[in-house]
Amino acid sequence: MQTIVPPAINSLLYMVIFGTLIGSQIADMEGFRYIEYIVPGIIMMSVITNSYGNVVASFYSTKFQRNVEELLVSPVHNLFILAGYVAGGVLRGFAVGCLVAVVSLLFTELTIHSLWQTFSIMLLTSILFSLGGFINAVYAKSFDDISIIPNFVLTPLTYLGGIFYSIRLLPEFWQGVSLLNPVLYMINGFRQGVLGESDISLGVAYAVICAFIGLFGFWAMKLLNQGVGLKD
Amino acid sequence: MQALSIQQLRKQYKNGFEAVRGIDLTVEPGDFFALLGPNGAGKSTTIGIICGLINKTSGAVQVFGHDIDRAPDAAKRQLGLVPQEFNFNVFEPIRDVVINQAGYYGIGRVKAKARTEHYLRQLGLWDKRGASAQELSGGMKRRLMIARALVHEPQVLILDEPTAGVDIEIRRAMWTFLQTINKEAGITIILTTHYLEEAESLCNNVAIINQGKIVEQGRVSELLGRASAETFVLDVSTPITGALTIPDYRVSVLSDQQLEIEVARGQGLNALFESLSAANVQVDSLRNKTNRLEEFFIRLVK
Repeated sequence: MQTIVPPAINSLLYMVIFGTLIGSQIADMEGFRYIEYIVPGIIMMSVITNSYGNVVASFYSTKFQRNVEELLVSPVHNLFILAGYVAGGVLRGFAVGCLVAVVSLLFTELTIHSLWQTFSIMLLTSILFSLGGFINAVYAKSFDDISIIPNFVLTPLTYLGGIFYSIRLLPEFWQGVSLLNPVLYMINGFRQGVLGESDISLGVAYAVICAFIGLFGFWAMKLLNQGVGLKD
Repeated sequence: MQALSIQQLRKQYKNGFEAVRGIDLTVEPGDFFALLGPNGAGKSTTIGIICGLINKTSGAVQVFGHDIDRAPDAAKRQLGLVPQEFNFNVFEPIRDVVINQAGYYGIGRVKAKARTEHYLRQLGLWDKRGASAQELSGGMKRRLMIARALVHEPQVLILDEPTAGVDIEIRRAMWTFLQTINKEAGITIILTTHYLEEAESLCNNVAIINQGKIVEQGRVSELLGRASAETFVLDVSTPITGALTIPDYRVSVLSDQQLEIEVARGQGLNALFESLSAANVQVDSLRNKTNRLEEFFIRLVK
């Protein structure tokens, strides 16, 4: 309850303030009412922050309490340890994402353009950020270390990833810069699934997300196999 | 096949400190083995390496023939660890702490529940099964870690200072429990402790580690036989006034009714009592000043 409801309240506030109060003064965006346009982005923002936050907090706390040693002394393969934490992050991301989607129904009709596409982008994104949270937790030596990446990297990338605007509104140079932001591909991929409209190609979105999953997965396994932050 | 075999084990930490410097050690199946040493000697590092909690720098370790590098899963299945510091989820009910640990070894939930009940009952924790670990006393937490280490029924149980901070009554109960599982279930037990009386009472074999190296190893009885001297404290009924000299013995007068006498190996007590009688000293009682193994240990690591 206390892990799922607060993000939904945050999202509710975004929808009230940006969607309804300010959004009513803004013209249609890419042919959609502003509230319709931002809802997929707000859902993805919840999925990203909660998948990441769940894994980084839970794995760091097992390190801090040293009960990670229960796993390390047992014959559980490192791949299963990683899969367990990622599954936890994905479940939390999905739970919050679904709740935010339900809350959004108070403000707009949510018609899904492609259920499979919406689901797959949400799943892959939550896997990616769960892996990111795990890597952060492995390196973290204090509670400060688990808030630095979310505050100084994840939040700016998410806000600049096109939740509240289309990058087509930006000058050409900044459109190019925005394309370097991997979160843009996730939010737009998800928006494509919900609205059938996106700033970027869907194939490129899948390719970018899968490439990062491969990279982060390899990185996380290497850390676990070497025992970085755990066995020294 | 040996329960534990260690060859040329070394561990150098990133800060350059060499905690373990070429340890060779063997422990036979069914043994009750003590690994002794002062703080920082390398005992916990050695145990950490055996159990997969610390990466070694070099050397080899086999548990019942399973190399920890080549067959880590098989080696880990043979091992149960009771670490020095509490390392369970303090918010979890203690029954879940033990059941979940069984799950990590692939034990089904029904069997895990049955074994959990068995060990929690044996260790006097069944009545607390629903309590979170943070509600337990220090002694109960130690016993919980023993139950957790035994739930997958390992062949080797490693206990790193299991009775530290535990009152004497619980300590004695834990000794009895450990002796029982050693004798009846045949579990090989490797124990580190700072209570040398504990090692002398429980263990058959001992290795003394100092500054990362094994400085002495053998049967407890052999090591005690090699002790060069024992110091006794004697309560006497006739008050002693002034200095007292007993030929061939080093004597200190602690008070008018208490003496301390060092008896060298081979001197025997009969000759001492004859000398004391000749000096008109009537002895009421006598005891070792320190535990015998402790005396040997101190001389060795000093």
